[in-house]
Amino acid sequence: MSLKRNIGDTILAVDQISLSFGGVKALSNISFSVNEHEVFAIIGPNGAGKSSMLNCINGFYHPQEGTITFKGNTRRHVSPSEAAREGIARTFQNIALFKGMTTLDNIMTGRNTKMNKGIFWQALRFGPAEKEEIEHRAVVEKVIDFLEIEAIRKTAVGTLPYGLQKRVELGRALAAEPDLLLLDEPMAGMNIEEKQDMCRFILDVNDEFGTTIVLIEHDMGVVMDISDRVVVLDYGKKLADGTPDEVRNNQAVIDAYLGVAHDDEE
Amino acid sequence: MFYREAGQFKTSYKADQAIFSITQDRFIVGLFLVVAFGVVPFLINDYWANAILIQFLVYAMAALGLNILTGYCGQVSLGTGGFMAVGAYASYKLVTSFPELNFILIILLSGGITAAVGMVFGLPSLRIKGFYLAVATLAAQFFLVWLFNKVGWFFNYSPTGMIVSPPREMFGYLITGAEAQPGARYLFCLSFVTIFALAAKNITRGRIGRSWMAIRDMDIAAELIGIRPLEAKLSAFAVSSFYIGIAGALYFNVWLGTAEPTEAFDINQSFFVLFIVIIGGLGSILGSFLGAAFMVLAPIGIKNLMVGVLGFDVSVAKHVELMMIGTLIILFLIVEPHGMARLWQILKEKLRRWPFPY
Ligand SMILES: Nc1ncnc2c1ncn2[C@@H]1O[C@H](COP(=O)(O)OP(=O)(O)OP(=O)(O)O)[C@@H](O)[C@H]1O
Ligand SMILES: [Mg+2]
Repeated sequence: MSLKRNIGDTILAVDQISLSFGGVKALSNISFSVNEHEVFAIIGPNGAGKSSMLNCINGFYHPQEGTITFKGNTRRHVSPSEAAREGIARTFQNIALFKGMTTLDNIMTGRNTKMNKGIFWQALRFGPAEKEEIEHRAVVEKVIDFLEIEAIRKTAVGTLPYGLQKRVELGRALAAEPDLLLLDEPMAGMNIEEKQDMCRFILDVNDEFGTTIVLIEHDMGVVMDISDRVVVLDYGKKLADGTPDEVRNNQAVIDAYLGVAHDDEE
Repeated sequence: MFYREAGQFKTSYKADQAIFSITQDRFIVGLFLVVAFGVVPFLINDYWANAILIQFLVYAMAALGLNILTGYCGQVSLGTGGFMAVGAYASYKLVTSFPELNFILIILLSGGITAAVGMVFGLPSLRIKGFYLAVATLAAQFFLVWLFNKVGWFFNYSPTGMIVSPPREMFGYLITGAEAQPGARYLFCLSFVTIFALAAKNITRGRIGRSWMAIRDMDIAAELIGIRPLEAKLSAFAVSSFYIGIAGALYFNVWLGTAEPTEAFDINQSFFVLFIVIIGGLGSILGSFLGAAFMVLAPIGIKNLMVGVLGFDVSVAKHVELMMIGTLIILFLIVEPHGMARLWQILKEKLRRWPFPY
């Protein structure tokens, strides 16, 4: 599969990132880079700093040290809405949907940054605003088709089962047509069948739209199957990175996963 | 029952996005508008205009405004009375300073001025939420009423401190002042409310409305998908205040004719409009109307029944009214936060499936 896609140059470079909360060092000196069109996995035990890493990338956390380079722009601090406008979309470990809104409206919000007709036209509705709404609706309907959630289009997402909510959340991120898609444990809490569906969606997104994907996942089978490269974090430090095979045979990684005692006092 | 959508297929996104996508809904709304514009103006008398219809329209307008802010954007406000006062005083200053200005323009400008004031008082919402924001808007309420009481410029230094709306015409009919006929005053308010209800419906189901609801449902996630909280919250304050300002201008000019800030715009107004929104339905345009109708009609109904039919004392009836509305608010908040609008929706679902239970 990875033969067919042509992996491009570096799209995201994380350089010497350190982040701490009071005394807790969530990340120390992390560097890695992700190439265009790649599926890149971040793995590690609980509390390793994986979610914190994604939060730094899309501007939700501001690291104390280090820089992040996305599409050639180097920065340390960026606001989340700025990052979204630059082409980074994400899903969350704990679903962060707009519960009172329908599936359709939730996914439509993913296109908000691409819509620009002012309040006057919006109030009139016909004319430019209507045209804009229909154009974006068409994109959103494609996402809905793609994720096979036609039947729940007009259902309030708060009432949907967990697996479907995860899918809607992916839909909202996809609607933004991101260059970089960050997925925080997209398959957590799913049964085998749902996991297979989700894997298929992730690979299809990567394949069809060429979207670069950075995902966090605990299920090693899944990670080894779908990712091109992997970085391993443990207690905020980077243990290893490389292809799934390289990582699997890395002694430090084996130790961490088998629970060999740490010596983390510096 | 003929409330069905069977056989009505939507063949375009445009049709699917229409406000009233079921033919029967369109029919009911159309009928309502025909009666409201074509029949009521000929039947209306002073009692109906003053005690019921104009009051209903003014509060529906204010409720639309508060619903945008609280129901759609999730920002609680107790400053409605104060913002209505801004609209009223803005219209008073405009109408007395520029007597030639078209009255529709005066009302719209008053809304615009209130929108600007609302944005200023909305600034704290960027930092604080919920209860704390409510307290901040409460401060706005007291400050504004105090201001209009204290600074003579606002009431043109009239010795009583009252403001009086001078007579103004629209298409040759008086709509303000003591001589104005109820039909013209009612139609004037009705036109504003109809147009702006439609605008509110359109705004809330488009990009801007979705950004408000996203902020309401989960502000952090909203920001992470690129919605700027500053833009969303301040625009909600602005649009909401615009509506409330127009409501205040209509309230003062067309309904009351005279006003004195401490009484006309006190904190009770803020609560009254908040109750309308809660009972009618948070986050629903229809709810703003249902709630306003309920809050205007319930006291009259209770009074007529208890005093007129059962012979109780007026003060007893007043107490019963307060208790009933209080109970209803608690009930709605606990059982059905989406208010009467949601009950109406459930009824429609039932009708659609009738005679089957599911
Ligand atoms: N906002 C925060 N405030 C304080 N500490 C935080 C915060 N976010 C993360 N941490 C701490 O940073 C460390 C890394 O957390 P993080 O959520 O990134 O781990 P994770 O690898 O995603 O774990 P999991 O697999 O459980 O999701 C933890 O010790 C956590 O307690
Ligand atoms: Mg995590």
